[in-house]
Order: sequence, then structure tokens, then C-alpha cells
Amino acid sequence: MKFPEGLLYTESHEWVKNEGSQMTIGLTDYAQCQLKDIVYVEIPEVGSEFKKGDSIGVVESVKTVADIYSPVAGKVIDGNTTLKDHPQFVNEDPYGKGWLVKMEIQDKEELKELLSSRAYQGSLPEEL
Amino acid sequence: MQDFIRYIPHTEEDVQKMLEAIGLKRVEDLFQVIPKEYRFSKPLNLPEPLSEPDLIHHLQGLQVPMMNSFLGAGAYYHFIPAVVSNLISRSEFYTAYTPYQPEISQGTLQAIFEYQTLMCQLTGMEVSNASLYDGASSLAEAVLMAHRMTRRKKVLLSQALHPEYRRVIQTYIDPDQQEIVLIPYQKGEGRTDEKVLFDLLKEDVSAVVIQSPNFFGVIEDLRPIGEKVHDFGGLMIVGFSEAVAYGILQPPGMMGVDIVAGEGQSLGIPMSYGGPYLGIFTTQERFVRNMPGRLVGETVDLEGRTGFVLTLATREQHIRRERATSNICTNEGLCALMATVFLSCLGKEGLRELAMMNLSKAEYAKKVASQIHGCKLNFTAPTFNEFVLQIEREPEEVLEKLRKEKILGGFPLAKFYPELRRHLLVTVTEMNRKEEIDRWAEALEKALKS
Repeated sequence: MKFPEGLLYTESHEWVKNEGSQMTIGLTDYAQCQLKDIVYVEIPEVGSEFKKGDSIGVVESVKTVADIYSPVAGKVIDGNTTLKDHPQFVNEDPYGKGWLVKMEIQDKEELKELLSSRAYQGSLPEEL
Repeated sequence: MQDFIRYIPHTEEDVQKMLEAIGLKRVEDLFQVIPKEYRFSKPLNLPEPLSEPDLIHHLQGLQVPMMNSFLGAGAYYHFIPAVVSNLISRSEFYTAYTPYQPEISQGTLQAIFEYQTLMCQLTGMEVSNASLYDGASSLAEAVLMAHRMTRRKKVLLSQALHPEYRRVIQTYIDPDQQEIVLIPYQKGEGRTDEKVLFDLLKEDVSAVVIQSPNFFGVIEDLRPIGEKVHDFGGLMIVGFSEAVAYGILQPPGMMGVDIVAGEGQSLGIPMSYGGPYLGIFTTQERFVRNMPGRLVGETVDLEGRTGFVLTLATREQHIRRERATSNICTNEGLCALMATVFLSCLGKEGLRELAMMNLSKAEYAKKVASQIHGCKLNFTAPTFNEFVLQIEREPEEVLEKLRKEKILGGFPLAKFYPELRRHLLVTVTEMNRKEEIDRWAEALEKALKS
């Protein structure tokens, strides 16, 4: 299981790639592994605004449906529409082709509350 | 005797072949050993054969003189072939519920799958759920779905939507403080007033709900309304209480409708004092993840054999808990099966013929009623098997007189529409014989004269 350095992480298992005024969000390798085969991803419409911790969409796997939470406050500027026909990208390439949304960051200060790769790994259950 | 041949599996040809094989010419020859004077030579003294509905009508008439009913308004008296109750009474089917371990009951799932297919064909839509409780709760679920999808809190309901359906919708959406705005009907045509509707239609409207045929029996013009609703990003929902109408009406699915939800009682389910009925719910495939209720899908197992499963179950309450798509984890299995058997018996042509029969009988009743002094048709737009009559006397008084003659003459509309004080909603189905319609008209004329 991989948790690239340079990305930020949340306790609800999203990863964040900080790109200055905007960020890309996805699900971590751990999350996709727990969910197993993902069959559907619902992403928010471009233009919608969310606060930190808001549910911005859902991922549906063969065994459950999980919410995706907004890591920090922001406005959606792009969504990964290829997931509509290829939801399995989230399983196959969670940090690449499986990205979920791009958002404009409202307050960069909020990024400081996110976890580093090492801190995130430390927060995961030990049997890994 | 010729008429009874169809109940005997042998054709005339078969009989001849068998006779030839044993060296005889006629069936009569088999009975040569019985002395002629003991043989019955005349045809049996029996009346002409009857069709199933005619025979049942005859037998019921022998028990007690029947009431002739011209009531509808959401519950319709239609013929139900005996095969419906025979098939649904099989113990494998005889539960009102979807099984908790669904995949073990392949027969039940297949029946539901067939039901879904029939409902899609009936309404012209792409996806049907496994059914809901009744027409009213099905429409209420449609309104909730529109809110789920648009996040808007205002819904426009036609005033010509069944008043009881409107109340159920109100009950469903009150806790969420959604707002209902009523769209009046046009006094002349009896259709929902498009002008008022278009004025109220804004970007804050989640859905518009129109019933067709509406509560007055009038057929609505759905296409222009649907187009306008979509211009403002809302959903077009079509309700119905008389499913048989879709035997001849263009299905709503062909008119750019997003959700069709209504009552399936007309499809082989007895009136039973108001329930259990059948909630039909169909929509477009792209909305399937927001659709309430259960859904049966067809698939193949590891060995490639066809099988049926509950599909998209991850949206449901037992997995998603409070974040589930809807609170519905069940369906109206037995009533859905009744509709499935009923529609399979009739077929596409049969349903069309049934609908035509309803239409033409209702048109006949309209014709005779409009010739009665003190009685006139209230709305001008085309109707299916219900219509509104304006009468010149108090409806209670008139209906009481008809009741004494064993006729339930119509539904007094003042109960739901105070402005329609002296108005009756009259329903005519295939069960109302021509002579009964004539008797109803005569009794009505007499009651209005006296």
C-alpha cells in the first residue's frame, strides 16, 4: 500500500494535492482497498461550494456506499468525468487516474490541519 | 354444440382419425349397445355459452340484485380474470413481501423482474422499481426524489391531481419544510392552467406534478409543460390513478417526462375498500441511483446461467442507514404479481381493446347525459373513462334517489372542490353494460325532473 510523500491526508481517507490556489482530491490506497470493487462514483457539480467536512459525493462499491468529505473549504472547479464509465480507476490508480475533484481553496490556513503521509499511516489500524 | 368444441382438446380431424382406427364412422356408433329408447337424442336444453365476465355477471345477479356503480375517483371497477387469483394463490408467491434472503427466491425475483419490464412498457420509461405501497405514496416518493436531485424546496402540484394524493405528498414533505404551490385548473377545459404554471415556474422549483388523465378524467397536454420545466432545471413528474388509460394514451415516457408514478389498482387488483393497492414508479435510467425502493436485475452466475438478483441494494437502508436513498426497503409484492399476471393475460392488444371499451362506453354515457335536461358536461377537453357532469339540483338529493334504484350515480365533487358544488364525477368502465348506462341516464333524468 502506497501513501506518497508530498500529499496531504485526512482522517476520513481522502488525499489532497496542494497546487497553490487549488487542490486535487482523491481517495487513499487504504480507502479503496477497504471498499473493494468500486462500481459507481458520484461527484459534485462544478461551481458547488463546500465547507470543511461536508459530504461532496459518494463512492459505491459492491459491498457499501461511502461518503467523500471535503478536506478543506472550497469551490469545485473540475470533476473526473471519466469515472462515470471507469469507476475502477479509483481501485487501480487511486493517486492518478482515480482522482475525484479539483477545488479552489478558500483558506490555505486550513491545509495546515491535514496529515502528512507519515502521520496518516500512523493513524491507520495496526494490522496493516 | 359447436361452441363447446374449444373446451375439448380434440379437433374434428382428431376424432375422425380415432374413429377410423377402430373402424367406426360416427361417435354415436360407440353407443350402439345402449338401446335407442334410452339414448338422449335431442340437444341439451342449455342457454348459449357465455364469456368469463358475462358468466360471472350472470351468477352474481342470481345471488342479490347488484348495485350499478358509476364511481371511480381513484378506485376502479374492472374485470379481473379468475386466472389472476389462481396464480397469485400459489404458496410460492402468497406473501405480500419481498423475501429477506431474496436470491433464494428466484421465482419471486423473476416475477418482479417481469413486472418491472411491463411497467416500463406501460409508461414508456427506462427503469421501474419493484413497486411501492400505492399511487399516493409513490407520487410522494417522486417528489422526495426530485428534492434529492435538485436540492430545491418548492414543488408545484396541479389542483387537478387527486386531492388525497396531494395530502399524502404534504404529509411526506412537511417535516422537511418543503413548500407546495397549487396550480389551478382551467374552468373551461378542465386541464391544469398552463399560464399560471409558467408564471410560477422559476429556478427554485424542484418539480411539477401533473396527473393525466387528471382527477376530472381529463387528458393533460404534458409535452409543453415538460419542456418548460426542464428549461428551469426542474423535474417533470406525471401521476395517474387509472393505469388502463395507458392502453391507448401515448405513454408519458415519450413526452420527455422524468418520473411517472401512480396507482396500479386497475390492473387486476380488487377495489377492496381502498387497499392494498399498487404503487407504480418508473423513471429514466440516468436517475436510477436516486430512485426509491428495490430493484431486481438480471445477471448470470459463475456457470453462465441466467439468474435474478436485487441490484443497487447498497443505496438501501440496511446498508446506508440514515443516508439511504429512501426509507423504502420493501415492495407490494403480491399486488405487483396481480398486475403482472393481469397484463400478461391481456397482452398489448388486449389492454388496448380494454382501454377502447372504457373510452367508448364513457363517451356513450357522456352523449346520453348531455341530452338530459338540467344536466351538462362541465369540461371541454378530451377525457378517458371519467367525466364531470354539472347538474341543476343538489347532488345529495339526486344521488339518494338513484341509490334507491340500486345505482351509485357518481361522486359529488364538492367534497374536494367547494366551487364544484353541483357537480358529479362519473366513471364508466367495461363493467357498465349499455343497458345499465341507459338505466343510469333514465334515473338521472327522473331525479332531476322531480
